Amino acid sequence: MAVMQTTGLAPLGTQDLQRVGALSRWVSRHALILILGALMLIMPVVASDFILVQVFGWAMILGIIALSLMFLAGYGGMVSLAQMTVAGVSGYMITVFGVSSLPAISLFWPWWLAAPIAIAIAVAFGTLTGVLSSRTEGIYTIMITLAIAAAFFYLTLQNWPIFNGFAGFTTIPAPIAFGINWKHPVPLYYLILFFAALSYLAVVYVSRTPFGLALQGVRDNPRRMEAIGYNVIAHRVAAYAFAALIASIGGILMVWLNNQISPGSNGIEASIDLLIIAVVGGLGHPIGAFVGAIIYVLLRTFALDALVAVGLDGRRFQTLIGLGFLIIVLFSPDGVIGLWRRWVARAGGPGERSGF
Amino acid sequence: MATAFDTEEAAGGARRGDAFGRWIGHHPIASLIIAIVLIFFVWLVLAPWPAGFEDVFGKKRLFINAVFNGVTLGGLYFLVASGFTLIFGLMRNVNLAHGSLYLFGGYMGYEAGEWTGSWLFSFVIAFICAAIVGIAMQFFIFRRMEGQDLRQTLVTLGLSIIFSDLMVWIWGGNAIQIDTPDYLLGPVPTPIVLAVKSNGEAVFLQYPLVRLVIFVASVAIGVGMWLALNRTRAGVMIRAGVDDRDMLSVLGYRVQLLFVLVFAFGAGLAGMAGIVGGTFQSISLGEDSHFLLVSLQVVIVGGMGSIPGAALGAIIIGCAEQFGQTYFQNYATVLTFVIMVIVLAIRPQGLLGRR
Repeated sequence: MAVMQTTGLAPLGTQDLQRVGALSRWVSRHALILILGALMLIMPVVASDFILVQVFGWAMILGIIALSLMFLAGYGGMVSLAQMTVAGVSGYMITVFGVSSLPAISLFWPWWLAAPIAIAIAVAFGTLTGVLSSRTEGIYTIMITLAIAAAFFYLTLQNWPIFNGFAGFTTIPAPIAFGINWKHPVPLYYLILFFAALSYLAVVYVSRTPFGLALQGVRDNPRRMEAIGYNVIAHRVAAYAFAALIASIGGILMVWLNNQISPGSNGIEASIDLLIIAVVGGLGHPIGAFVGAIIYVLLRTFALDALVAVGLDGRRFQTLIGLGFLIIVLFSPDGVIGLWRRWVARAGGPGERSGF
Repeated sequence: MATAFDTEEAAGGARRGDAFGRWIGHHPIASLIIAIVLIFFVWLVLAPWPAGFEDVFGKKRLFINAVFNGVTLGGLYFLVASGFTLIFGLMRNVNLAHGSLYLFGGYMGYEAGEWTGSWLFSFVIAFICAAIVGIAMQFFIFRRMEGQDLRQTLVTLGLSIIFSDLMVWIWGGNAIQIDTPDYLLGPVPTPIVLAVKSNGEAVFLQYPLVRLVIFVASVAIGVGMWLALNRTRAGVMIRAGVDDRDMLSVLGYRVQLLFVLVFAFGAGLAGMAGIVGGTFQSISLGEDSHFLLVSLQVVIVGGMGSIPGAALGAIIIGCAEQFGQTYFQNYATVLTFVIMVIVLAIRPQGLLGRR
């Protein structure tokens, strides 16, 4: 961070110069993020509705949910496969409490009541997941959270009274609020962009708070943190709760964008895809989640045509994803962000900042 | 570190009996409750139910079928999960592609059965095919990233995605049913009374022979694995490797060979289970993640890396699934989930696991 040093004795001009210098340092250090943000802001001017919502909107939503996984895995050392499930819980809850085409199940409460309730239930679910899995470590966490994710998936698949079985819910538009119809592409895009930026900044902020630093300490050496008086379990559970908050916002946006939710939305495959997004993007920095998400969505959208164009079977999309994931895991464990950092370090020599 | 196979078991039945007696001595009330529940359960299964009982619990036929289906399903689950837990116990590798090995074995067994017409021969083929895949995975990939648990797990994840997509490519999305051979076809009478007719004639349970045979076979495999682990030289090496693989390697034993063999055996078991699953139910797209989930649940409940734990967990999960489907359909998976949560809350290492 740019820290201003004001002596009080220095003449005003010097202070101003210092301030300008600090600002320009800050701008140059965060140049990439700022350019990215500006591009995203003016995107609706150039992009079609499809690109806007189905590519960038969808990528940002996946990015938000992957960000919650990145927070847990990158700062807490807990690779949770239940984050998509948390998003699914909030998505299902907003349809159960809010609007859908099934009057037998949905309660048709207004969005300002349904959304907080959905988020609260999802956060409770995520926290419970944390309570269950934070007593174990490392690969055990993966196993337990995967089991939780799969159990919820089969519950939604088999349960008709609440989750409407494999059919799920359809016709769940984004609400009309503050005089704006949020289901139109441009407002929806800005809504998603707002929450993507908000959750990104929240994660960056939390990672620098005493809680975030202690969490990283727990990640690196839980026993030492325990010895100097930190409650390791409490930190982990709190991290799960915070991550669940982010994931549940993503879950609601996901439902509003897709206009539907079904067991496949939070299936095992979706959970694993989310882990792939986070790992491919890179667990070292919050932006990795969004980088991974945009790569995934672009592949998902255009890989079929690209595969056919080079004479391969377009249906082998999953193999392509799996191979890409394997290559990243085998050769760059810190993801695309890691590749980028190494590339910048090599190009700019030692001492050069990476831009993130 | 979590160490898995009970080293106390090494000394054989006598000391094992002592340990059992000690446990009862330490937990008199818990063992009394367990004994009462077991006796009540045996009575529920064997005796004809008194009048009024069926009003509360439903038909005895439903209950007995749930018990039998649950236990025999547990046999299948044990076949899948024991390989999973064996690999995990020795190599600390959570093989998330284990469900794919199951599915692959099922498909290969189906092909072999179609080709030769022999059901038993297809088990050999399924075992060999899945074992070869397992050997390849251990030899080409996991050997190169030893000790990096998380990375290995991520690699198995990537592999499972590729495998499942390739299998959809080859065998399509339709469910495949493996035919039960003629000599195992049809139900057999059992000495269990379902009900007594008004004329005093007892109605006995008829149960499919193939499920009973498979259950006996999986018990035999379980006992065989236990004996191999506790009575043979290879078993000693495996148990030593579970406790401290670095030390075993320093002592000059060929740990890499051991790893490959264990991986092959675990994968082969999963492959054989694929045929069993194809005979019991069917094999299709999505069964790989279903059986991965089952393996996870079984080892979480039973204890990670423990073979007896896998057996116990498999029976519990199998029964929970069948009882859930019989008595509360909409929440069947919640029952297995609740069991998992209770076990994690009381014993995070699993019922028979060790820290």
